[in-house]
Amino acid sequence: MLSILARRSVGRVAMARAASSSAAGTTDAPSSFSHDKMETDKRYQTSQPVPDSLLRGDDGSPNNFSIRGQFRDGRAAYLDMSATTPLDPRVLDAMAPFMIGSFGNPHSRTHAFGWESERVVEDAREQIASLIGATSAKEIVFTSGATESNNMSIKGAAHFYKKRGKHVITTQTEHKCVLDSCRSLEHEGYDVTYLPVMEATGRVDMDQLKAAIRDDTILISVMAVNNEIGTLQPIQEIGELCRERKIVFHCDAAQMLGKLPIDVNEMKVDLMSMSSHKIYGPKGVGALYVRRRPRVRLEPIFSGGGQERGLRSGTLPHSLCAGMGAACALAEKEMEYDHEWVSYLANKLQTAIEERIPEVARNGDPDHNYPGCLNYSFAYVEGESLLMSLKNVAVSSGSACTSASLEPSYVLRALGVDDELAHSSLRFGLGRFTTEEEVDFVVELLEKHVARLREMSPLWEMVQEGIDLKEIKWSQDAH
Amino acid sequence: MVMLPLLTRSAVRAATSTTLVRSVTPAVATVGAKRSYHENIVEHYENPRNVGSLDKNADDVGTGLVGAPACGDVMKLQIRVDDDGNIIESKFKTFGCGSAIASSSVATEWIKGQSVEEVVKIQNADIAAHLKLPPVKLHCSMLAEDAIKAAVQDWKEKQQHKKQQTEATAEAAV
Repeated sequence: MLSILARRSVGRVAMARAASSSAAGTTDAPSSFSHDKMETDKRYQTSQPVPDSLLRGDDGSPNNFSIRGQFRDGRAAYLDMSATTPLDPRVLDAMAPFMIGSFGNPHSRTHAFGWESERVVEDAREQIASLIGATSAKEIVFTSGATESNNMSIKGAAHFYKKRGKHVITTQTEHKCVLDSCRSLEHEGYDVTYLPVMEATGRVDMDQLKAAIRDDTILISVMAVNNEIGTLQPIQEIGELCRERKIVFHCDAAQMLGKLPIDVNEMKVDLMSMSSHKIYGPKGVGALYVRRRPRVRLEPIFSGGGQERGLRSGTLPHSLCAGMGAACALAEKEMEYDHEWVSYLANKLQTAIEERIPEVARNGDPDHNYPGCLNYSFAYVEGESLLMSLKNVAVSSGSACTSASLEPSYVLRALGVDDELAHSSLRFGLGRFTTEEEVDFVVELLEKHVARLREMSPLWEMVQEGIDLKEIKWSQDAH
Repeated sequence: MVMLPLLTRSAVRAATSTTLVRSVTPAVATVGAKRSYHENIVEHYENPRNVGSLDKNADDVGTGLVGAPACGDVMKLQIRVDDDGNIIESKFKTFGCGSAIASSSVATEWIKGQSVEEVVKIQNADIAAHLKLPPVKLHCSMLAEDAIKAAVQDWKEKQQHKKQQTEATAEAAV
């Protein structure tokens, strides 16, 4: 009972803190391009002086499109749980002693400082193993995060089993670290098949997967829950297929851990990447499940003292491991409750968006998904401009303008979403500490600002006039 | 059972009490969602000038539509020109990021009162310098420059067409 109250009050305290803290010290995100450089940069060489009307600034005349002064002070409502989650206070409690008095190196064999640190690492291992149904805690290897776990599994397994074959299969919607690891394997001479996903849902087509398997396939890597659209892949089916064909199956479960039930033996997963900071644990630590029966072997990517069964050398950050363990234990205990809460909020958000805002499209699979990750495209409104007006809410977008490369999200592209809808997408992440007030707040802001931006959008105007946008020859379409 | 010294145990309790957590937060600067945009850009985004439409079929209105939805940037810039060739009114609508909206807002304000011959001399660098656009957003100012030129071009074509029509009717009358 107490923990439930604690949970809700964390969210409420966060909101209260946001409303009450002053605007003192609002800083811009650091810019790597200094404005002084513009004086000498050729691209900013002016040809004429700025007209007076612009220098004068706003003359105060009524402007229907102005949103000045409408933003609240303080920190934004956090709806980006897919990016990272706040530390659960109980996790901080578990970590604190190991950052203060119990600072020993867990690998020090000869004194109590080492023994007590080692004890907490082993306890954390048990907690993680319990959450995923692993047969033994020895199957858990601590890493610096899911990115390292992904690198270790893909490169490690591919290198170890290279005598068996050189073909690797993965999907087009994987996390960048998986795709990039596969690309580096390609540079070494491996063959990688990037499977397309089914349009609109983003799920893997089992028939396509079966057809892609060759005699020399050694590794298949498919993520459990996608970080952008929340789509849940048929992991058990893929696991059974791989066990049948004796192919190593790696699953990036960073977004599924602690949110949906996982049993590595039922799902027949051989390698599984896990991340701590997605389940209310600390950043900087993750884990990799490495199956022992039947044994899966990896070539380590780190050389060193041979810690973690020789798979991952390096001193373990035992306070972070303790944090991850505590987070997993909490997740196991509270998974059902969290799932109910997140589903309730997601349903509320989804219904409100679909009822109150016209012309929206949900990206992802409505049936097979993790409810806490909702991705919506708001037609005729560009994502970054919508983000700027949602200043009091922290969300992310799949739009090109929010990435340095100006490419829209490759996951949405793989889904077959039109480029312009990819530019118009927003991703909402709901979690344990999200409050109903935050969801209501977001919906209100969305309704207002989507309507405003549509009034400012030439595409919306053209659609209202009955023009088919696909018939127009756009001036920039040549590229 | 790990035996922590008494001092450390109370330090742990203090470390996890909410008072310490609360006093840490105001010291952390509140990062505004402005990203690395200069206030000029934010100003024109939050308070855009000249949003709207003119009648594209009117004789004295030129309409420029540039960009492509696939690129995430579409600007429509319209000008109303008087008989002396001066721009007396301008309106814009943009599908694009904050920089694109700001660039087109600045563009409509910049051209008001100038002649159609003068406004085609406006460079994207002028808009970019005034807004202090980050380098990755320079293409937004280029699109704004294109939009101005497209609007002027459209108006000129209309005047040309009008002239041809009056000449044709004059010939027919003869």
